[in-house]
Amino acid sequence: MDFSEEQLQDFYRVMFTIRRFEEKVNELFLGGEIPGFVHLYIGEEAIATGVMANLRKTDYITSTHRGHGHTIAKGADLNRMMAEIFGKATGYCKGKGGSMHIADFTIGMLGANGVVGGGYNLAVGAGLAAKLRGQDQVSVCFFGDGASNRGTFHEGLNMAAAWKLPVIFVCENNQWASTTPYRTTTSVENIADRATGYGIPGVVVDGNNVFAVYEAAQAAVERARSGGGPTLLETKTYRIKGHFVGDPEMYRTREEVQQQFETNDPLNNFKQAVLNANSLTEKDLEEIETAVQAAIEEAVDFARESPFPKPEELFEDLYVEGGETL
Amino acid sequence: MREITFSQATMEAMAEEMARDERVFLMGEDIARQGGIFGQFKSLPQQFGFDRVRDTPISETAIVGAGVGAALAGMRPVVDMHFVDFITVAMDEVVNQMAKIRYMFGGQCTVPVVLRAPDGAARSAAAQHSQSLESWFVHVPGLKVVIPSNPADAKGLLKAAIRDDNPVLYFENKDLFGKKGPVPEDEFFTPIGKAKVVQEGTDVTIVSYSIMLHKALDAAEQLKADGISAEVIDLRTIVPIDKETLFESVKKTKHLVIAHEATKNGGVGSELAAIVAEELIDYLDGPIRRVGADFVPIPFSPALEPLMLPQVEDIVGAVKEIC
Ligand SMILES: Cc1ncc(C[n+]2csc(CCOP(=O)(O)OP(=O)(O)O)c2C)c(N)n1
Repeated sequence: MDFSEEQLQDFYRVMFTIRRFEEKVNELFLGGEIPGFVHLYIGEEAIATGVMANLRKTDYITSTHRGHGHTIAKGADLNRMMAEIFGKATGYCKGKGGSMHIADFTIGMLGANGVVGGGYNLAVGAGLAAKLRGQDQVSVCFFGDGASNRGTFHEGLNMAAAWKLPVIFVCENNQWASTTPYRTTTSVENIADRATGYGIPGVVVDGNNVFAVYEAAQAAVERARSGGGPTLLETKTYRIKGHFVGDPEMYRTREEVQQQFETNDPLNNFKQAVLNANSLTEKDLEEIETAVQAAIEEAVDFARESPFPKPEELFEDLYVEGGETL
Repeated sequence: MREITFSQATMEAMAEEMARDERVFLMGEDIARQGGIFGQFKSLPQQFGFDRVRDTPISETAIVGAGVGAALAGMRPVVDMHFVDFITVAMDEVVNQMAKIRYMFGGQCTVPVVLRAPDGAARSAAAQHSQSLESWFVHVPGLKVVIPSNPADAKGLLKAAIRDDNPVLYFENKDLFGKKGPVPEDEFFTPIGKAKVVQEGTDVTIVSYSIMLHKALDAAEQLKADGISAEVIDLRTIVPIDKETLFESVKKTKHLVIAHEATKNGGVGSELAAIVAEELIDYLDGPIRRVGADFVPIPFSPALEPLMLPQVEDIVGAVKEIC
């Protein structure tokens, strides 16, 4: 394995943080502490982790309704994330966004999006900004298999390809769009096949293998950074949890889910690989787990103890006063 | 003062702002090689290159969405809609993204996009190239909406919109493009959110904007013959509404007529009438009247088009009914 010990530890830290964060959110939601809708990223951790390990703080990402994993992997603060999910004033968006609308502009995380397929063109615009400035920032757009059937997919990919923008389109094909199976709504076996229509590379990769994702993303990021234009990277994965927390999941069997989880859990895949190769020890992994657990407990405490926004904050941040010179 | 056309005024605004600030760029369909639907920006690419003045694919969601994304990433895009009618294609980008991103993310970012949208019925362009859709955006918190009636305000409002850190929708009536008017040579801005009393009067307030303002002024002239003194207000900005100027005038004249080219039903006039009815009813000496287009798609035939559009006589008639 061509990865340093530090890199491997980082992979595991990020994947395990996402897993535990999401399990915690699940528990807190069911316990009635979290309002609204929550979509969990469990089972897809290797994708955000492998892609983001190739990005700089100054690179941009756009995310989806299932955005906690992307946000964590980009380097967001867990306390402010959890507080936002609770609707608290100390959250990233001062409680105005919630689970589906977390952003952190200081790390190039341009926001999760409640509109499926709403992120493509924001990412294209961020890539255009970088290109106009002559900077080598790249922009990554995450989206689901369901989102690939929005018209914005076509408009965004074509524009990015026509203008050779530094954008990487990462499809998380988890086989389900809400209750609808992928192949009942989509004519192609691989969404990446559509790349041909835009004259850009289309790459299919095992989304539950962080090493494979890392390497595929590395090639796409290098290509984008050096002026080669966009790549459509499709990561094959499986949505382990319901579409949202509380989803009765009448559309699939428990056995199907269990079989997927038991045979193809990205965290387990990683563990087996590093332990078999003697790259990390059980102890290394446990140390990471202990630290992550503590950080998540701290985030929950922070969220619980934080105040809700005050009534007078209702209208804050709607308009920014004036402008640069007016 | 020198006189230039509405087109020339917007061209000057673009060129000045692009020269001053590298972050400002312009994109839209046929905006660079054609220079926009009236060719008004034709010389911009020579000055600033085809990167900063970009012809886009015919992809309205991408044009507006990428404008928003570029703004989030530190640029100040001016995005051209070609015809306002096509804003329908990018409604998610305008309503759910552009307008909400700052608030939804707790003020972490600004979205300094200007969306230019030529509107209005002109030369039998028929149902899908003639609309005036500004009132839709009165309903969406987070946007500012400006709508000039003359070359000076066209320049002043476009410059103000580009410098504003909020998303601004800039509506420009196609029939105004060739219209000339006095425009100062020195730099100036038209403040967003400020209406203007264009003509003082004592008997009735006629509030209008964009191309209808000119019909309102003609109506005021005709009303003089009947001994009615009309005060004419050019709204200039419809979000946020300049209530102060409106209220001051209505308190004085005690009569209100609102006139716009857009469909009367659910138009800006409905909102203004409601505001005045809610807050100033005791000052009014008669009912409020709205003048706007009939509730029908805009027909092609020159024999039909003018029938559904509000005319000077409609404004005169409305005033006479209530005064
Ligand atoms: C434009 C739009 N249409 C529909 C929805 C409702 N919706 C939310 S998530 C979802 C399924 C999305 O599936 P996919 O893109 O595959 O992402 P996944 O949930 O599998 O991560 C739907 C239909 C929405 N939020 N936005």
